[in-house]
Amino acid sequence: MDIGFIYDYLIASERLGIWIAALLTLAIYSFLYKDNPIYRFAESLLIGISVGFLLVTTFETTLMPKAFEPLAISFTGIFGSGGFGAFGSFLWLLVPVTLGLLMFTRFVPKYAWMSRVALALYIGFGAGASIPANMQSYILNQIDATIRPFLAIDSFAAAVNAAVILVGLISTLSYFYFSKAHTGIFGKAARLGTFYLMIFFGATFGYTVMARISLLIGRLTFLLRDWLGLIS
Amino acid sequence: MLIQFFIPSKLSSSVYNEITNWAQLIYAFALIVGVFGLVKYHLGRVSRKSDGWIYNLVTVVSLFLMAFLGFAFGRKDGGAFMWIFNYFQAPMQASVFSLLAFFVASAAYRGFQARNTEAVLLLLSAVFIMFGIASVGNSIPPFAEIANWILMNPSMTARRGIFIGVGLGTIAVSLRVILGVERTYLGKE
Repeated sequence: MDIGFIYDYLIASERLGIWIAALLTLAIYSFLYKDNPIYRFAESLLIGISVGFLLVTTFETTLMPKAFEPLAISFTGIFGSGGFGAFGSFLWLLVPVTLGLLMFTRFVPKYAWMSRVALALYIGFGAGASIPANMQSYILNQIDATIRPFLAIDSFAAAVNAAVILVGLISTLSYFYFSKAHTGIFGKAARLGTFYLMIFFGATFGYTVMARISLLIGRLTFLLRDWLGLIS
Repeated sequence: MLIQFFIPSKLSSSVYNEITNWAQLIYAFALIVGVFGLVKYHLGRVSRKSDGWIYNLVTVVSLFLMAFLGFAFGRKDGGAFMWIFNYFQAPMQASVFSLLAFFVASAAYRGFQARNTEAVLLLLSAVFIMFGIASVGNSIPPFAEIANWILMNPSMTARRGIFIGVGLGTIAVSLRVILGVERTYLGKE
């Protein structure tokens, strides 16, 4: 094929893509005025495309390599040199596939209970896996990171920071402890915890705002540079 | 899963990996069930000519188009599937998320009133972080340093407190599930 033709095709498809992206961006921003048919069209389009993308991606990255391809290989192996071993692995692979297919019984009310078998396994897996994972990452690592700075204090500032962190953790946990009334010393600790929490919420809010503004700048740059060519 | 953590061995490790694969497959099938449900819902609205049915049709057509292109021609770069992703999905997603900047700013204007100590701390923390991250504030030394100090000390320790609470809560719920006390996920009280 002619290289020049391919190049022209790519440039044309890119130009068309930029126009479509720009018009869809404006369609989304039209919501700032009020809810309107153009925005609802773009919103519906986004939902459909996103779900289609997720469906194809999940099929190709999970179902094909972990279920259908191994099933096909072991199935052909039964009739080839695989013999009993291939038959065993075929049956073993059928278990999760059958469990997955049971999910479809949700569409038949009479047999909908069968989908709970797969759901129970999935929830059980999540519950079992989450206990050590949460204990490690959410509890032990957090306590470790709070205590560790005390082992490496080399300046007054480091000591203050370590104390700020320890006091903050104890007071924040005090605020979330509801088995004792928030009165007296404990109440004061809980109140200090709310101060720490407010600082955290403010910081998180600031971060979120800046992330969104960064995206907005990205979209405006796209409109003004890539689409209209007003800035370089 | 618990046994694998407390008694690590080759056998428990391979069982863990196998069950992880099973869970991923069940998740994938559940996702397809979800897509079926979505299509059923939207097609139902289209067939009944419900209010705004044309938008339901747009959703279904775009879903099928994307699925067809993905399954028929693959996900390779330069293909139609990725072209739609790059010029339809990615810009619209970024635009929807950036739209939130306006609503967050509006919420901040209404909510950020220094009425008490907590509100003042919230306001100051947000202002320092926003200016500290932005290039204008980053060029003013105290802003960047104070923002960094807030992030690395009081903000982080409050986050740790929340994390510990989340961890304890998740472990408690997991134990309830394992012991059969919590069965709402099966549709039971």
